[in-house]
Amino acid sequence: MKKLLIKLSVATCLLFLAACSKEIEEANLLSPALNPVQTDANAGSWKPILLNSANEIFVPAPIGTTSPDYILQINEVKSWQDKMTDADRKMVRYWSSGAVLRWNEILRELVAKYNLPPYQNEDGTYPIPNANNPLAYPFFPFSNPPYAARAYAYVSAAQFDGLIAAYYYKDRFKRQAPYQIDQKITPLVNKSNLPSYPSEDAVIIGATVKLLKLLFPGEQDYIQSKAEEHRIARLMAGANVRDELEAGEALGKAVALKYVQRARTDRTEASVGIVNGQDLWKEFEQAVIQRGETPWVSQETPKRPPMLPYFGKVSPLLFDSLTVVTRLRAAAPPSTKSEAFQKELDEVMHYSKNPTRERIRIVHFWADGIGTYTPPGHWNAIAAEHMIPLNLSEVRWARNFALLNMSLMDAAIVCWDTKFTYYNPRPSQVNPEIKTLTGLPNFPAYVSGHSTFSGAAATVLGHLIPEKASSFNRMALEASNSRLYGAIHYRSDCEVGLELGTKVGNYAIQRARTDGAN
Amino acid sequence: MFLQPKQDFRPKHSAFSLKFFVLIFFTLINGKASFAQTDIDAIMMGKKLFCAGIMYNTNSWNNYWEGTLKRDNPNLGTVSTNMIGPMGSLGVSSKFNIIFNLPYIKTNASAGQLRGFSGLQDLSLWLKWKPIKKKVGKGNLSIFTIGGLSSPVSDYVADYLPLSIGLQSRHISFRGMADYQVGVWTTTMSGTYVSRSNIEIDRTSYFTTRMHFTNEVYMPDATQFNLRMGYRGKTWVFEAVLDKWTTLGGFDITRNNMPFPSNRMNMTRSGINMKYEPAVPKGLTLIGGAHTTVAGRNVGQTTNFQAGLFYIFNLNSKKSENSRKK
Repeated sequence: MKKLLIKLSVATCLLFLAACSKEIEEANLLSPALNPVQTDANAGSWKPILLNSANEIFVPAPIGTTSPDYILQINEVKSWQDKMTDADRKMVRYWSSGAVLRWNEILRELVAKYNLPPYQNEDGTYPIPNANNPLAYPFFPFSNPPYAARAYAYVSAAQFDGLIAAYYYKDRFKRQAPYQIDQKITPLVNKSNLPSYPSEDAVIIGATVKLLKLLFPGEQDYIQSKAEEHRIARLMAGANVRDELEAGEALGKAVALKYVQRARTDRTEASVGIVNGQDLWKEFEQAVIQRGETPWVSQETPKRPPMLPYFGKVSPLLFDSLTVVTRLRAAAPPSTKSEAFQKELDEVMHYSKNPTRERIRIVHFWADGIGTYTPPGHWNAIAAEHMIPLNLSEVRWARNFALLNMSLMDAAIVCWDTKFTYYNPRPSQVNPEIKTLTGLPNFPAYVSGHSTFSGAAATVLGHLIPEKASSFNRMALEASNSRLYGAIHYRSDCEVGLELGTKVGNYAIQRARTDGAN
Repeated sequence: MFLQPKQDFRPKHSAFSLKFFVLIFFTLINGKASFAQTDIDAIMMGKKLFCAGIMYNTNSWNNYWEGTLKRDNPNLGTVSTNMIGPMGSLGVSSKFNIIFNLPYIKTNASAGQLRGFSGLQDLSLWLKWKPIKKKVGKGNLSIFTIGGLSSPVSDYVADYLPLSIGLQSRHISFRGMADYQVGVWTTTMSGTYVSRSNIEIDRTSYFTTRMHFTNEVYMPDATQFNLRMGYRGKTWVFEAVLDKWTTLGGFDITRNNMPFPSNRMNMTRSGINMKYEPAVPKGLTLIGGAHTTVAGRNVGQTTNFQAGLFYIFNLNSKKSENSRKK
């Protein structure tokens, strides 16, 4: 009996062990090498965003492919290829999935790393991260959803503008890829007829590195190491020679400068609402009290100032600030004294008290709270997942992300404008019995940020990938509902937020219809 | 800690079918021995004795270690975990015991807005074998090996620390244990290796010290060291306990971040255990204990109290009573 039991137990243990291989295959490493169905060689004629024209920034003509200097560069590629290790091959494979995709993943990673609210000071106030001292606590930035939305937008739009310029010069100079000029070079990327000067990958490196320096100044070393890896990957792949990288990177940097200048003057810095220790944002509270309504109050201990209260005043990319106020700002939410409000509050209480496993899954799947890449990042992930099978060109990847992320930044702006106009309380402020299934965001309820982001993203993605439109809309609805299920939002926050997001998304569609890419 | 790792004196619960099976199957032979209480002490239950009862355990913390930094969190207040459930232990022979439990757990935070969770956690099963017992010097030396398995019984949420009820990881543990007893004075020492399976969470990516584009979380293995010393009499047992749980890997909670299942959770706890087994009524056992966390990393500084009420069923005598009735 004993022996049998021991044998049985040993067998069970082995089964257990067999069932738990601990190797994890991460989804992003499975994406195939870029292999565009269409090269979009005419992208030089597309309409850029901040760039006035595709040739606004000068790119010198490349040297001839028979010149000694070019031969030297070809030899450099060969010497890289000769000494490749398995790790190098892996690296080349990684970057071959596309520059836009990989740098988007890196940006999502940085957002997640920095998406942490600062810990309070001894006196119960909160320190404000300082861009000039990013590595001293509290680290700069606190990449919360509005900050993140703006970061994704500027990086994507700059990449898009950079690529339009790059494609313009590619078409003008028509320099062939190294593997086409020298048959001894084995391409480790899919062959393409797209001219290779300036390098589209290098344009993305130049534009992204420049913007990330501004957005995540404490991550210089990491960003530079990724950039260097990317450059070497292009050389090893036989996809570019050195001067194509240099020209591309210079072009990318010059384009990014336009975005850096915009970022410095887009009123983000003032969005914190605290100047010399003065809480300017209290004006929102006063306005609500004067209207006889209940103002939002931070539910954190100690009370934390609301997240970026003046973000609604940041300059949008798809329309002007006046449009935010006069055409997009949502109508007022139900008064906290109304019957309609009480009904909504009761509904939140119901979801708080009766969570199902499926609703918890939905809440946590879409939570995208602290330490994550935020809801805009989640929609970037969804976009990437759906774009990979379409085999898009690098420039179309950039365009799709630019349209998506411009709409997400503007969604943050209109949502924050509405939130701080009405400055209404969260359900658990009105009824402390309401317990939440995810972290309670530290800003007013109406309208739901997740809903606004999701409405905008689903609208834009549905336009770009029409066959998936209904699926995107379902996801957006689920993301929106997740905030009600989590007991942190009223139904009207979610519904009106989705509508607001859809309106913002439509502005991006208007742009998409006229940018020359169709 | 945010989540108790496997520990001694877990509230234990026997699945009805298993208990029923055991009762039917082992009602033939008589035996006598002391009560086997847990997987980590040196007490073996006698042949064909089945011990069952109810354990209750409450633990709470105000302070926790964020990495190595000790702090409080006014947005959580006091985080408490209550566990209750029957436990079962069966003496296949005086050298071979089977122990199992299945706790029901309820968590709560006294401040902030986060809702506590509750539910049945993991079913654990241990096979406890005492291959060696011999006289060494003035006392008796016993050597034990204990193999354990544990698996979640429901799809509870792991990625909701510090208020999730468990970590969803399946465990296999191997423990070596030595006990030396001189008269009524004993010392027991054990070392355990816990192999933990990866888990899946409800989101598609997460950040540890880098981004992971997957819903699967690598769970580092862990070790446990346990030392207990004290008085082991017929009616009373008193022990002082020192227990050290070490996670072999994982990462620290970053500043002001939430904890995560694959954090490097370490804790050293000390405390006392007692057991009372009165002569009358025969078979009744009361146990109790209190422990506090003396050092930790990425865990709460828990204080816990426990109490249990057990009864030892002599499976053989039941059989004879039954036959007498017939």
